[in-house]
Amino acid sequence: MTNRILNHPVLDPIDESEVVTFTFDNKEYKGLRHESIAAALLANGVRTLRHHEESGTPRGIYCNIGHCFECRVSVNGEQGVRACLTPVQEGMNIESGGKLLTTVRDWRASQNG
Amino acid sequence: MGKVIIIGAGPAGLSAAITIAEKGLDVLVIDEYMVGGGRLLGQLYEEPNGNWWNGIKESKSLVERAKNAGVEIQLHTPVSNIERIDDEWVIYTESEVHYTSHLLLATGAAETPLPIPGWTLPGVMSVGAAQVMTNVQRVKPGNRGVIVGVNVLSSAIAMELKIANIDVACITLPKMNIPTEKSADPMEVMNSLLHVSHMAPSAFVKLGSKLMTNDFMKRMGITFFPKNGVKMWDIPIMLRKAVVEIYGDGKVEGVKIATISPSGEVVAGTEENISADFVCIAGGLYPLAELAAVAGCPFYHIEELGGYVPLHNEQMQTPVEGLYVAGNITGIEGAKVAISQGVTAGLAIANDVLGGGLESNIQQAIADIETTRDNAYIQFHPEVKEGKRKLQQYWEEHQNKSVAITL
Ligand SMILES: Cc1cc2nc3c(=O)[nH]c(=O)nc-3n(C[C@H](O)[C@H](O)[C@H](O)COP(=O)(O)OP(=O)(O)OC[C@H]3O[C@@H](n4cnc5c(N)ncnc54)[C@H](O)[C@@H]3O)c2cc1C
Ligand code: FES
Repeated sequence: MTNRILNHPVLDPIDESEVVTFTFDNKEYKGLRHESIAAALLANGVRTLRHHEESGTPRGIYCNIGHCFECRVSVNGEQGVRACLTPVQEGMNIESGGKLLTTVRDWRASQNG
Repeated sequence: MGKVIIIGAGPAGLSAAITIAEKGLDVLVIDEYMVGGGRLLGQLYEEPNGNWWNGIKESKSLVERAKNAGVEIQLHTPVSNIERIDDEWVIYTESEVHYTSHLLLATGAAETPLPIPGWTLPGVMSVGAAQVMTNVQRVKPGNRGVIVGVNVLSSAIAMELKIANIDVACITLPKMNIPTEKSADPMEVMNSLLHVSHMAPSAFVKLGSKLMTNDFMKRMGITFFPKNGVKMWDIPIMLRKAVVEIYGDGKVEGVKIATISPSGEVVAGTEENISADFVCIAGGLYPLAELAAVAGCPFYHIEELGGYVPLHNEQMQTPVEGLYVAGNITGIEGAKVAISQGVTAGLAIANDVLGGGLESNIQQAIADIETTRDNAYIQFHPEVKEGKRKLQQYWEEHQNKSVAITL
């Protein structure tokens, strides 16, 4: 866990004692209890949390405090969970929001046209 | 008698909750974040007396005091809607519905985005996001960052990144286009920068800001501003360059910057690349007041307060019955002002519930807001007092109008 700021010159050291194991897109990672899903993934070098529903371009956190909804993931099957607001927990099964099936878009386009 | 409900566990909401609970009333505070403290959590700076303002510690102590006073704090709970039905406020969260006669909105502020080409790449985040990653979550937003947007908040956070040993390649402007016009105009930026100069240990910036107190000198400052920037906390601040594009394949790899003229236009052929693995966008703060709008509260746009603010009086009461506001929802200021506004709102609510008796405490609390404002270390807008005066005037006009209608 190289990206963590363990010893800060002014703030207290962080508690590293409680490690949790979780999966993101079927890959196993370790995080610390009390940190957000977004922070745990970034500490593991993962920035991309989902792909835009239509364009398929990768997206990560933007505001980190719940305002922009850019960080939506699914957690244990529940969709639309904001990774920046949700603490990571032991055994969590997290999946990135993916691009929707193109058929969905084609259907919409034909409705409009 | 039911509970008083407060939306937002930031410094305003928590200090209101403490005040109300200490008067013997039941209080529930609802917040969607994972810890109490709101945007106070990420704040970290050295005060002129040498003490550190440590947002984590300040937040912990507010939460502790609230709990000791008997306040109930419900975290991880977004409020999606509020509505007045009969004599009560109905508060909707994902899992529950709450009712109260007295509702305080202390939802704080949000950051204005600056749409720059490439800004949806992973690694691009608001400057506040980098603050929370670094100081609250304690994960580096990256190894080397570029901050786009020069203002009070980005200057403060640049320093916080430095303290955490994260490299900031430069602070620079966004390229001028319609939505980013204000933040891209070097004159505008120089104006706002004069108000952070006291935070700069660099004698150059301090001296420079003293020299630039009139318009003419400011214009000179812009024209003669070195192309590679002056340094604040050892970070180059580039007011003559602007970010044209953020590039990278699937994630941020760098930004393309170009020289801009004093009026903000790109000088052709001056583009160069700066490598970075994260980019912070600093578009400034505005009051987060959606719930007040939903509640039917009148709004006024007041530049000095950061945007649209819900109408309220000195006691933090809105014209909508049983609805109060405190903290950055009423205008962008630092956490200490938010705390004193929370105390005032708390007293006003307790006074109303208890049927009077706290009038002199309220007057004292209103005076304390003013003193806190005068002594504020960070000021987001130099004319905030003028903004407050305008709002008071709107309030009086509104009161007169309502009287006229009742007659
Ligand atoms: C990103 C950011 C960084 C900042 N950094 C600084 C700084 O470094 N220095 C400084 O002096 N000031 C800073 N500020 C200004 C800051 O707003 C004030 O200092 C102070 O924190 C305001 O207090 P508050 O209680 O009004 O709001 P906040 O501290 O913002 O607290 C509001 C709380 O309300 C919650 N909330 C909002 N909407 C809902 C909802 N619908 N449902 C449930 N909960 C909700 C939020 O989760 C939050 O915890 C920053 C503001 C922002 C937005
Ligand atoms: S990053 Fe904006 S909501 Fe999570």
